Amino acid sequence: MSPVAQPNLGQVLSGLLQALLGWAPVRAAQGRLKDWGVTGRMAVTAVPYLWLLVFFLVPFFIVLKISFSSVEIAMPPFAPLIQWADDKVMLIRLNLGNYQFLWEDELYSSALLNSLKMAGVSTILALLMGYPMAYGIARSSREWRNILLMLVMLPFWTSFLLRIYAWIGLLGINSPINQMLLALGLIDEPVSLLQTDWAVYIGIVYSYLPFMVLPLYTAIEKLDGTLLEAAADLGCRPTRAFFNITLPLTKEGIVAGCMLVFIPATGEFVIPALLGGPDSLMIGRVLWEEFFNNRDWPVASAVAILLLLLLVGPIMLYQRAQQAAGGAHR
Amino acid sequence: MANTRPDEKLKPWQDPQALPYVRIERVTKRFGDFVAVNHVSLDIYQGEAFCLLGASGCGKTTLLRMLAGFEDPCEGRLFIDGQDMTGIPPYERPVNMMFQSYALFPHMSVEDNVAFGLRQDGVPKAERQERVSEMLKLVALDGYGKRRPQQLSGGQRQRVALARSLVKRPKLLLLDEPLGALDKKLRENTQFELINLQEKLGVTFVIVTHDQEEAMTLASRIGVMNHGRILQTGTPSDIYEYPTSKYVADFIGSVNMFEGRLVEDEPDYVRIESPELGGTVFVDHGVSSAPDAKVWVAVRPEKVRLDRERPDQPDNVFSGTVKEIAYLGDVSRYLVALDSGKLVRVTQPNTDRRDDRVTWEEQVWVSWSPGANVVVTQ
Repeated sequence: MSPVAQPNLGQVLSGLLQALLGWAPVRAAQGRLKDWGVTGRMAVTAVPYLWLLVFFLVPFFIVLKISFSSVEIAMPPFAPLIQWADDKVMLIRLNLGNYQFLWEDELYSSALLNSLKMAGVSTILALLMGYPMAYGIARSSREWRNILLMLVMLPFWTSFLLRIYAWIGLLGINSPINQMLLALGLIDEPVSLLQTDWAVYIGIVYSYLPFMVLPLYTAIEKLDGTLLEAAADLGCRPTRAFFNITLPLTKEGIVAGCMLVFIPATGEFVIPALLGGPDSLMIGRVLWEEFFNNRDWPVASAVAILLLLLLVGPIMLYQRAQQAAGGAHR
Repeated sequence: MANTRPDEKLKPWQDPQALPYVRIERVTKRFGDFVAVNHVSLDIYQGEAFCLLGASGCGKTTLLRMLAGFEDPCEGRLFIDGQDMTGIPPYERPVNMMFQSYALFPHMSVEDNVAFGLRQDGVPKAERQERVSEMLKLVALDGYGKRRPQQLSGGQRQRVALARSLVKRPKLLLLDEPLGALDKKLRENTQFELINLQEKLGVTFVIVTHDQEEAMTLASRIGVMNHGRILQTGTPSDIYEYPTSKYVADFIGSVNMFEGRLVEDEPDYVRIESPELGGTVFVDHGVSSAPDAKVWVAVRPEKVRLDRERPDQPDNVFSGTVKEIAYLGDVSRYLVALDSGKLVRVTQPNTDRRDDRVTWEEQVWVSWSPGANVVVTQ
């Protein structure tokens, strides 16, 4: 009924913004910022940097600081790094013992190696399962594609912890799988996969598969189909064309997917804690135990720093691969 | 512009003894409800450069892709060198294709791109290298072997694609809009290079294009396609001078078309009355059509004369007024409104530098000889 059209939210907001920018104090402040060399673009890009600084870099330095401290029965349970002596002398005590301890105690190095092995095997398994999935989705018809992609992401809608607990039920002695195998006569007595490395592999692959499938899907979907036709035209059989054309041209997606699985899987602690046995010792679990059971914050911090340093390597490798791929496709 | 070869007495398609190298037998291809190729039969002979010409969506590319093996015909059969191609996958066909997008492998060097086909056949390394460098020399790209396709210009990529498709020495090369991505100047040069190469290597070419000039330059014969059918096949001059349908006459080059009725139908001449023209047209050859049937007279603009004085001929002379002039340097194009209102296109060569050419709104006579026009019935 009203002759005036209702302005939508966007118009209202932009109107408000205009009014705000026109307000004299704001304009004065803007002018001063400009004098200091701060432009609008800088202000916008500063937000994520500020976020990373406050929530990543500062915590990192706190952890680094604690890793050079020593245990104390106090609140918090470590000795301060900097102390003031009576005669106004600043004492900095760097305790390198935590790192030495990690080096000397075989538990840590074996847990670390085991983590790398578990993460590596899981990544390969996820790649072997994820590639055909991604390929199938990318080559399916348009209406199916969205449904299939949604199915890949569907597990995220329920709690991660809940899904891992569900696997305890599925892998246990009385699980439906065991009962089915017994009924079929394939096994004589129930086998339990729980508390084995295989349970951990299953858990990691299951949880991280979507992170593998999505970048692979993007890469395969981008692949120009006429390249495969050209290969066939030149006498290349489909299997060979896959290894000569498809695989090298989707390398970017393979590297991205593997990194997205490998990096978090290395530090994973929930899955080995719930599904793994005493042998499947992973560094994330060691970290957890140091921190919460032993209340040895300095050693836990040292473990965390070590893990971080180990993962920086593959992350840099990933970045370089991405840059190379970016250059090659111009 | 046609590819005339004085040494050949009889063209293979005129020789009843000649065996076709490619035989397309009543081939139909449907995509859902859409009929892309509709009962096409066609014979292509060894050493020919056959051009499939048509607007986009006419089915020419589908026909080419069926020859390459990327699509299977729904009906009919394809023979290459006498062998039935039904069920034979692309990688086993004695055919190579040059793709419109070139489809060069971006992760391989120029050399590796060209060598790809040879590697599939297990050609030993030494021979492979020799043939690749020979091929790159042929397309004037020696020294570019180590580059990536992305580092080349459009014309260079086109030549890599050509080298890659020729390196296996195919007897039949399929070219999908081979010059489509090149600019005009480069196109003209490349057209002649392609013909030279084709004659030198003796490869049979099947070329798909929507560009009639390209078809005229490259082809020994042209097949004009529309709505999945081949309307007419013939040499470029056949197609241009003797179109058999309105569509072909209109598609190739520019044409004036006058609707009319046969009023005099003799074996060696006909007379057509055209209300559009406001008079009758005299044609110096017979027409196979029912008397009183509706026909069209097609006259090419360059065959129409333009004079200030009434030319001394009994027929095919009409008066009008010049409405538009386009001076193109070598020729000028005129649009003349006849007294009946019909617009006629006229192209006149600018043979000297005179300044007294006809000008806007001038009264002129348009005329053409009885042999200049073609009558089409559909």
